[in-house]
Formats: sequence, structure tokens, C-alpha cells
Amino acid sequence: MTLLGTDWCLLSVLSVSAILIVISVQKEHTRVSWKRLLAKPIAVSAGIVFLCFLAVGILDSIHLNWSYPENSGEVQIRNQTILEHILYPLGTVYEKTYSAPFALKAFNQEIIIKQGKLVQGYPALKYSSARFKNKQERNQFIEMTVLKAVGVAVLLTGLIILLLRLIFSLGVGRVREGTRQAQRFSILTVFLCVFVIIASYCLSRHLHILGTGKIGQDIFYYTIKSIRTGLVIGILTTLFMLPFALIFGVCAGYFGGLIDDVIQYLYTTLSSIPGVLLITASVLSMQTYIANHPLQFPTLAQSADARLMALCLILGVTSWTSLCRILRAEALKWREIDFVQAAKVLGSSSLTILCKHLLPNMIPIIIITLVLDFSFLVLAEAVLSYVGVGVSPLTISWGNMINGARLELARDPIIWWPMGAAFLLMFILVLTSNLLVDALRDAFEP
Amino acid sequence: MIHYLLRRMLYAVPILIGINLITFALFFMVNSPDDMARMQLGQKYIKQAEIEQWKRVHGYDEPLFYNAEQSGVDRLTQTLFFQKSLCLFIFDFGISDAGRDIGYDISHRMWPSLAIALPTFVLGLFLNIVFAMMISFFRATYLDLASVVFCIILMSISSLFFIIGGQYVFGKLLRLVPISGYEGGLQSIKFIILPVLVAVMAGLGAGARWYRTLFLEELHKDYVKTARAKGLSEVRVLFRHVLKNAMLPILTGVVVIIPSLFMGSLVLESFFGIPGLGNYIIEAIHQQDFAIVRAMVFLGSILYIVGLILTDLAYTWADPRIRVGAA
Repeated sequence: MTLLGTDWCLLSVLSVSAILIVISVQKEHTRVSWKRLLAKPIAVSAGIVFLCFLAVGILDSIHLNWSYPENSGEVQIRNQTILEHILYPLGTVYEKTYSAPFALKAFNQEIIIKQGKLVQGYPALKYSSARFKNKQERNQFIEMTVLKAVGVAVLLTGLIILLLRLIFSLGVGRVREGTRQAQRFSILTVFLCVFVIIASYCLSRHLHILGTGKIGQDIFYYTIKSIRTGLVIGILTTLFMLPFALIFGVCAGYFGGLIDDVIQYLYTTLSSIPGVLLITASVLSMQTYIANHPLQFPTLAQSADARLMALCLILGVTSWTSLCRILRAEALKWREIDFVQAAKVLGSSSLTILCKHLLPNMIPIIIITLVLDFSFLVLAEAVLSYVGVGVSPLTISWGNMINGARLELARDPIIWWPMGAAFLLMFILVLTSNLLVDALRDAFEP
Repeated sequence: MIHYLLRRMLYAVPILIGINLITFALFFMVNSPDDMARMQLGQKYIKQAEIEQWKRVHGYDEPLFYNAEQSGVDRLTQTLFFQKSLCLFIFDFGISDAGRDIGYDISHRMWPSLAIALPTFVLGLFLNIVFAMMISFFRATYLDLASVVFCIILMSISSLFFIIGGQYVFGKLLRLVPISGYEGGLQSIKFIILPVLVAVMAGLGAGARWYRTLFLEELHKDYVKTARAKGLSEVRVLFRHVLKNAMLPILTGVVVIIPSLFMGSLVLESFFGIPGLGNYIIEAIHQQDFAIVRAMVFLGSILYIVGLILTDLAYTWADPRIRVGAA
């Protein structure tokens, strides 16, 4: 099992936040907020979809060695993520060039051999023609798979609900005391998610369900792989941003005086530089560094990973100022409140007051700002990749997909699927996180 | 008033120096001029002599902060920091790595940027406020909920989608406007109209939602109750009283944007092929022209600080209770 830098960070951030959530559920005052959140139908649905995205991201972050039998009888060992293994052989199958979703034949005409003669026609695709001879067979397969997926999804949803009921009636206490409506919504969402996952997986075994792109890559595989890049950028950036914002913001607000002045000067200076330009300047510098120090990044994967990591770091360093400003104002407010004053009089050290009294009260606003930043960052990745200062061209990401597909809309008949797929998944991820922020804000800041 | 302005400008000086140091550190210390030369020359096997030659031609062959070889004042002036960074303070942007006068380029390219940015700003502000007013008028109804959901959906769509979709529908399918390009004079209108619409649309979701929160906050205040008790119509209450009182937070958000309008939007200009400043930056990035990026970073920061000062001035105009010079 090998982990790249970003894998490590992503997995540790997620496990830490999972632990934090479990701890917060056990405390009475936060449990009330969680209950309020779970009673909102939109929040529950958004949360479930978001969890699905997270699950894909996690599966795509754990590299293992898998062995595959080759045609020649030898066994080939590949180092792949779990997701790549599940979707195998999708990542390795390349058609010649474009083909439409669910197509059996290529999109462009070519000269092919038909009954011993050379004719102009649409060549059959390697991947899907191996299983289907004509369109009827394919349509039958699609119908059967969809029907089966509905059945399995109903069963699985029932099972999941039963399991949840069992867990919550046995142990932790009844967390899910939401209203009827929220329950109905969550059941529907779970069903839809399970259905989409099962149906797309089964169909993708024999068809390019979202077509293929310019170099014949499977678009479905690429969009799914991009989820991880989006999550990494959204989550790791907040990880890098948090310590700066937290330490500087709280200290500036709490201690005041010279410390406040220095920190204020620091963040005013940084935020005066237009965000895109600062990011651009930093990324350019970093690119020059990576290009001039090839020995530190021996493989392409490593240098792409380093670039992703550096991008997160740069985004974090350039965007902590707004959270810092918010936290400073919060600290200013809280330090005058009675219980903090009382703690001071009783002789608590500054560190104790900061950690025990100020910090817990700021957690809601921190979480809300972070989730809000998350959706901003996922969208920013696409723009930055377009400008040419985003993730490395080797990293599969929505930004790179959109950037690569720019000229395809100008073709006639148009090729909409690479760009459409990237936009759609990005939209769903950002929408769920935006809806979550809304619900979180209502639940934790009544 | 004048005192206040002067004080604000003095405050800006240390910030500008800080910005200058940051950009200098980014461009000269993280990447030595040697690295830059290697990047620009772009060949696999470069001799040190070629690098020295490139540095001499582009004026990068000085030491960073202190030149021991010179005498007197020249010890400080014949350095990279003085020549490349401090000169920005007097708006001497110098020569780009490709050999063009940056100041001249900026003065020519700012007009197309402004032609896009100003209508976008005015129209966007107007639409955001009207839409937000409409939502607040129907507050706590299903229309309100639907509008908020609509705003969130708009917010979640990538701005690239609006650009590409707009170009496809209006440019390619309906053939109403050219897909990209620019011309001076009155001809420019047909090139400007689509980018403006796209930019307004992309900003509508976040803007309207934010203004809605502002208006709803105001609606809970006592003076609104008084106005209603006087028998004023709801529309009059909203436009006459609430809008006026919400002016302060609106100004805070708005005035800061005005100077950055001048810089134009990177992506928008590049997609629509408008030869503005945003496009200038993108071209510089693609050509790895550090001199231009450096100049633009500095220019952008100055404009931001000007925006902050303007915000304070606008406060006194919007709310006579605020007196700036008094403190």
C-alpha cells in the first residue's frame, strides 16, 4: 500500500473530522444542533449525496497492488487505487477518438473493411462491440440493467434503513428524530444514489456510458476520477488555511495591542493583492521550481501530486485572510463576555481560555466558512486550470476536462459529452455543499 | 476631511511596501533570475554564458539588495530591488521580458476592459438589487423559497458554463452576436453585449442572495414598523426606507469592486477575445513574462487600496451620521 502526499493529507483530514463529528454528537448542546440539521429534508439529501462523493474520493485515495491476468497468460501487477480497480478495465481501454454516449460505433467516419471491400463508414468500438452485435442487443441490455438496478436499489435501500434503525435503537441513542418529511427525503435520496451507482457501474462494464473523448478516453472514468481532485483541492486548502486563520485571528482579537496591529497589517497586505494574481504569481514560481528540480520528483505521478499539493498550499496561504478577519471579530466579541472574564479572574492562563472557552464557541462559524470556501474552491479549480495555473495537465480534473473540450462545441455535429459530464458532476458537488452550508448555518446559528 | 485622506494614504504606504516585498520575494528569491533565464531560453542544454547574456539584455544582472561594486548612492540604486521593484511606486513599469513598454500597453488595454466592466457593474448591481427587493417583497412565501433555491443553483454553476453556454446559444445557434473579438468605437457594442450579459448572470445568484439577507435584516427594524403604521405601501417602504438604510453595507461590498473593474476579468476577456488587461495578464502567464505579472500585481493592489479609501468616503456620503476626520 503506497500513499502519495495528498492521499495522506486527505485521509487524515477526513478521519479527524469524522472523530470530531462523533465527539460532537455525544455532547448534549451540539446534539441539539445536529438534530435540527437532520430534521431538514434538503440538508439530509445534500448530506447523503456529499457522502457519496466523499466515498468515491476516499476509494480513489488508497493505492494497492493488484494483479491482473494478461492475454499472454502472465500476471501483471499494477499499483492502482481501489476505485481504479473497481472500474478496471475502463482506465486502460482507449478507443481511437470521439464516440457518443452508449454508442457502438465511432463518431467519425473512416475507411473500413466491410465484406472484403474498403468503404467509408463508422468503425465499431473496441470496448462495446466485444459484447454487442447490434443496437437491439444493446438496448435490451440497457433495459435489463436498469430494471435490475431498480430492484437491487430497492432491496439495498431497505437493508440500509433497517441497519440504521437497528444501530440507533441499540446503541448511541436516537439521533434520527427528524420529521417524517426528512425521513422520506432521505430514503428517496439513498434510493436514487444507490440506483445511479449500481446502474452506471453495470452499464459501464460493457459500454462507454458517457462516450469517449478526443484521445478515446472513457469520459465516465475521467469524471469519476476528477471527484478526488475536486475534493482534494476543496479539503486540503481548508486544511492549510485553518492554522493561519485560527492562530492569527484568535490571537489578534484576544490579545489586541501590538499583536493585533501586526496581524492586521499582515492580512491587509495579503488581501490587497488581487487573489487571482497572487495565486498566479505563486503558481508560476512553483512551476519554475518543480521544472528546475527534476530530481526531487522522479515520477510523473509524483510531480503531478506535488503540483496539486502546492496548489492547495498556495490557495490556502492566499485565502486565509477572510476567515482570519471573521475570527478576529469573533474573538473581540467573546473576550468581553462574562464567563471569559470570570475565567481570567480565576487565574486561567491565556492558552486555557483560548482553547477551552473561545475556540468551542467559534466552531460553528469556522465550519460554515470552511464549507462555503469548499464550494468556491471547487469552482475556482476549473477557472485556474483554464488560465493555465491550475493542477498539472496530467492530473485528471474537471478543470482540465473543460479546458480540453473547449473547441469541441464548435464542431458540427457538436460533441457535448466531455464538457457536459464535467459540468454536471461539478455542479452536483458544489450544489450539495452550498445546500449544506445553508442548512448548517440555520442549524448551528439559530 | 483632507487630514483623514492624508492619514489613510500614509497608512497605505507600509502596505504597499509589504506588497512590493512579497512580489519581489516571489519573483526574485524563490526563482532566481537564472531560473527565469533558463525558462525563457527553454532549450535543453544551456550554457552559463547564454544565461548571463539573457540577464544582461533584460537587466537582471544586478545583485538583489546591495551592490558592492558601485560607489555612493549607486550601491543601493544599481540593484534588482531598486530597479525592478521600487520603480513601480512612481508607476514606471519598465520593459516587459518580450521587450515592450508595459506602461504603454496598460494605457491602451484598459479601455476595452472598462467597456466591459462598467456596464457589467451597473447592470449587475441594478438587477441584483431589484431581484433581491422582489424576493424580500414576497418573503416567507413559496416564491421566496423558490427564488433562494434558484439563487443557490445559479451560484453552483461554474462561470465557465455561462460563458461557453452563452457563446454557444447566442453566438453559434442564434447567430445574434459574434462569438469573440473586439473592435473600437461604436462597433464594439455587439462584441460587448454578450460578455456583459454572461458576467451579470454569473454574479446574480450570489449577489441577490446577499442583498436579500441585508434587506431582511433591515425589515425587522423598528423604523419599518413605523413606516407601515403610517400607512405607507410595502413597495414604498422597501424602496424608500429599506433601500436607503441598507445602502451602507451595499456600499461596503460595491466600492471595493470599482477599481478592480479596471483590471477586467481574466477568464471573460480571454474567452471573448477582448484585448483588455485581463487578457494581457493571461497572455503574460502563458508566455511566462514575469515583468508584466509583477506590474499587474502591483497595479491591482494599489487599486484595491484606493477602493478601500473610496469606501470610507462613500460612507460619509450615504450616512451623514458618520464623520470621518473627527476621530
